[in-house]
Amino acid sequence: MTENRVGVYICHCGHNIAGTVDVEEVALWAAGLPHVAVSRDYKFMCSSLGQELVEADIKEQHLTHVVVAACSPHMHEPTFRQACERAGLNPYLFEMANIREHASWVHPNDRAAATDKAKAIISGSVRRVLELSPLEPLRAPIHETTLVVGGGIAGINTALEIANAGHPVVLVEREPSIGGHMAQFDKTFPTLDCAACILTPKMFEVGMHPNIKLLTYSEVEQVDGYVGNFTVRIRKKARKINTELCTGCGDCWGRCPAKVVDNIYEAGIGYRTAIYRQFPQAVPKYPVIDVETCIYYKNGKCKACEKFCPTGAIDFDQEDEIILMQAGNIVLATGYDLFDARRIPAYGYGRLANVFTSMEFERLTNATGPTGGKVVLRDGVTAPESVAIIHCVGSRDKNYNVYCSATCCMAALKFAHLVKEKTNAEVYNFYIDMRTAFKDYEAFYIRLMEEGTHFIRGRVAEVTDAARIPGEEGKLIVQAEDTLVGKQRRIPVDMVILMGAMEPKDDAKEVAYRFGIGCSEAGFFTERHPKLDPVATMSEGIFIAGACQGPKDIPATVGQGAAAAARVLSLIGQGVVEIEPVRAVIDESRCSGCRICNNLCPYNAIDYLEEEGVSRVNAALCKGCGTCVAACPSQVIQGQHYTFDSLMSQIEGLLYDVGNNQNGHVRVMEPEPV
Amino acid sequence: MTAANGNGRKDNYLYYPGCSQRATSRAYEKSAKLVGQALGFTLEEINDWNCCGATDYFSVNVLPAYSLVARNLSLAVEQGGTRDLVAPCSACFLNLRKTDTNMGKYPKLNKQVNQALAAGNLHYDPGTLNIRHLLDVIVQDIGFDTIEARVTKPLTGLRVAPYYGCLIVRPDAGYNTEYPTHLDELLTRLGATVVDFPMKTHCCGGHMTQIGEDVALELIRRLVHNAAEYDADMIVTLCPMCQLNLDAYQGQVNSHFNTDYRLPVLFFTQLMGLAFGIKPGDLDIGSEIIPADAALAKIGQEAETKPRQAVRRDKNALPMPSLD
Amino acid sequence: MAHDYNEFNPAWEERTPVIIGLLCNWCSYRAADLAGTSRFGYPATLRDLRIMCTGRLDPTFVVKALREGADGVLVMGCHPGQCHYDAGNYKAMRRMALLRRTLVQLGVHPDRVQLAWASASQGTVFTEMVKNMTETIARLGPLNWQDTAFDESQHKEMEAIRG
Repeated sequence: MTENRVGVYICHCGHNIAGTVDVEEVALWAAGLPHVAVSRDYKFMCSSLGQELVEADIKEQHLTHVVVAACSPHMHEPTFRQACERAGLNPYLFEMANIREHASWVHPNDRAAATDKAKAIISGSVRRVLELSPLEPLRAPIHETTLVVGGGIAGINTALEIANAGHPVVLVEREPSIGGHMAQFDKTFPTLDCAACILTPKMFEVGMHPNIKLLTYSEVEQVDGYVGNFTVRIRKKARKINTELCTGCGDCWGRCPAKVVDNIYEAGIGYRTAIYRQFPQAVPKYPVIDVETCIYYKNGKCKACEKFCPTGAIDFDQEDEIILMQAGNIVLATGYDLFDARRIPAYGYGRLANVFTSMEFERLTNATGPTGGKVVLRDGVTAPESVAIIHCVGSRDKNYNVYCSATCCMAALKFAHLVKEKTNAEVYNFYIDMRTAFKDYEAFYIRLMEEGTHFIRGRVAEVTDAARIPGEEGKLIVQAEDTLVGKQRRIPVDMVILMGAMEPKDDAKEVAYRFGIGCSEAGFFTERHPKLDPVATMSEGIFIAGACQGPKDIPATVGQGAAAAARVLSLIGQGVVEIEPVRAVIDESRCSGCRICNNLCPYNAIDYLEEEGVSRVNAALCKGCGTCVAACPSQVIQGQHYTFDSLMSQIEGLLYDVGNNQNGHVRVMEPEPV
Repeated sequence: MTAANGNGRKDNYLYYPGCSQRATSRAYEKSAKLVGQALGFTLEEINDWNCCGATDYFSVNVLPAYSLVARNLSLAVEQGGTRDLVAPCSACFLNLRKTDTNMGKYPKLNKQVNQALAAGNLHYDPGTLNIRHLLDVIVQDIGFDTIEARVTKPLTGLRVAPYYGCLIVRPDAGYNTEYPTHLDELLTRLGATVVDFPMKTHCCGGHMTQIGEDVALELIRRLVHNAAEYDADMIVTLCPMCQLNLDAYQGQVNSHFNTDYRLPVLFFTQLMGLAFGIKPGDLDIGSEIIPADAALAKIGQEAETKPRQAVRRDKNALPMPSLD
Repeated sequence: MAHDYNEFNPAWEERTPVIIGLLCNWCSYRAADLAGTSRFGYPATLRDLRIMCTGRLDPTFVVKALREGADGVLVMGCHPGQCHYDAGNYKAMRRMALLRRTLVQLGVHPDRVQLAWASASQGTVFTEMVKNMTETIARLGPLNWQDTAFDESQHKEMEAIRG
């Protein structure tokens, strides 16, 4: 057996570590640890020179193990593993000691304590690395198909980018049509492009693309597997329409007697029938029957749509379909929900007729909306003479969401312009701060000021119909403290528009759990790195794009969609993916066959072999959590790379300076009072 | 939104009546005790309590104001340890709670107040008592379902404007403090029709009636006008000050503004008592200045109101969002 | 600038509290990383190691850490319902409950061993937990279990058994 020779490298990380931890002292100290052959400190270990230092030492000093004390393994573990591999050392004989995130950065005012802690961390890592065994990464082929979840502008863009590169895509959308929120908009800021004009061609392209399989009115129910090889279960809800026969002619919804409020596409401000197509440009063109509101499903009569369908495409008995598919990568583009303005009763939404949400106003001003684009009050007739737009409804408010929703200032400016254009009403914007970052946005703000829109800097206290003076009678009074003037103001208006926050989808947490990714407390999906890896997640092969990751406008959403596609394409291009060989292995010669581990495994990866009377781990299914390892009463399941011995040694190492019974004094233990 | 699951019911609460309960708002105390009896809890009065300083003393002289209140707190602890202390008056509630909170928050104040208390051999450690408003106890501890089950004479047909006043709505109260709805819900459960009352948390003027009558009358006018605009038969309140201002000064409002409001103002406990079948006389109904009898006569009269016309949707009108 | 833990318990004369942290790779280790990135300071009492999942928590690790001189052990994982491996944190929960009972029988205060949750975005939750745990341990005083649990001969015996 060859002698163990560990190389220890202490990174200064500029001042990030060296500013707090005495790196020279630590390097000198580490040189004295058992089995340490080389101990150095260096300004930037992750630089090519730093990596070359390690490589040279492995070759020249015949190192058998390497410890780099620097940042989090989530940052640079792959970097140094590659360096080891280049120098001929198995990359799993490398260990990262995190003395930046876990020491220098969190104890900035205590050099002695931070230095001591760094030593303990390094001591633990040196002890641990000596127990590690060489491993080979598992290699799995990447399935060429990509699953894109969510058919808004983010998902549409991702799907098109991947499909145009020649790879198959399955696009799953919950609603009957793709298009998402953007399909509800009339104009887009700051250019006032018609949303439908720029979105419809893309939707059409998705519908026609030979590489895209479109599953609308469908939801992903279950995801198994790992990068390159996911198995996905999709429920395709019954449209009650035979799409082979349907031509989308519209005779059915024209004849349907059941009129209901459309809370999704028309944001509650318009009506649809029970059999309906969400909007004229819907892709696919087929309608669906809403079973909840259809008269036939209530009392067994009606069937008007069936009678009038020229092709016999109505199928009342159609049932949900379960589709199982394989995918190599998954992109989540599940979008956002608009803040429910009823949560702030002081703003009167739901009580006061002429308080509107931003999405209601989008529909109101949209040429395809319930009023044909006329901006009118709830009575459907009267044009407002004055309109208040309240910013930050549910945003930047610790009672609801502390974050800025990023898009509402610009949308509010757009609304102000549209109101002026269509009604010539006075418009009052109540804002906290105007946030018009990004290209050409500020110019739009200036333009609106020149158009004569009023801007009042103050958070609105309440919207009320309780008039105090005759001029307020019959109006909605918006009360706010104008913080620029330092006075309370009460502005009587005809219409109030609430710029609601962009919130995570109401089921975002369930979806995150289903796909095995993280999400913030609010429910936005967590990216792998907030700056450098914004569309990847902690789970390999699962990417995120658009507003499901955080509030963003259309340009940013489209950018993320393309970025996610690029990441997927690079994986497909590699063809094969390397997976961490962190797996459980059962020593069958010592397994007693008690089967305790079998039921503990969340992936059913442990089989009991009747004939041999032992259990065996299916490496393809095992994800390496280690639950079975900890549970085995005979300690015969080994968690590779996180073995019992490696962790026990690391604990010993971490406590190198406290666990020595230095004074040799033995006390009789008094039980601690509980 | 209040949890109001009714799981926290206690049999006995320490009770700080406050001066109003023995003067202008005897009806409140009387009805509260009867309602408590009906719901199975008693109010145990603190011995030798003193005035809380009401809404003005804190603006005049801070330390004596706090000490005045803290005396009541320490007496309550002597009497009942760490139990809930209930105040039916919103001003008392606020002062008691403010004193407890600020003594806990500011060690210097705590020290000074306790120095003052020491002169009377008293002491109070902030946080010992849980100070609560009577409405909160009834809604949270008893719960809407228990109350509804106790209703024998539902207040059907009575249109009420729930008036919370400005003193109980403070941050971290456990309900929407900008637009509370727990009194609304309570009155709904009693069978009454609750009208939207946007000014439900606006100020009644408090003691401004004594120092700036014009200001106070305008504030009262706004409230009464708003309730009348929503066709309320009466205003329901939970604060003696609010009740007094709206009831006793309505006549002055009318002569000052040349209006003709006749809106009775009752305490929520009086309406609870009525719904529980307690006799109006026992609840001191009739002691109010603007008589409530005409309004109360509407109870149960719903059938006689004109038959409801089928509401036909204007073909142009846009749908209203539901509030469910 | 050493923390003055004597304030909590006069027994902290010779050293400061030492807590071993067992952090799961997906949530709490990243929460600790985030605490670092965000420069949230906390007492230098925690020495952590990474396991893939709190489901990997072998109670032996905890006992080992106390035996080697730690004054407390803090196990942190993903919030219930958010485990990267479905439900490893629930398994940790069960094991910790039993372990704490066992430790009481061995004379160790159960608060020396705690289980908590922090998602990857909860750097503040992680920081607060370390602060709370440090204060708890500071009040309890040093454990010095290596001095007390066994005498020298038993110690050798144990070493022999363990091989």
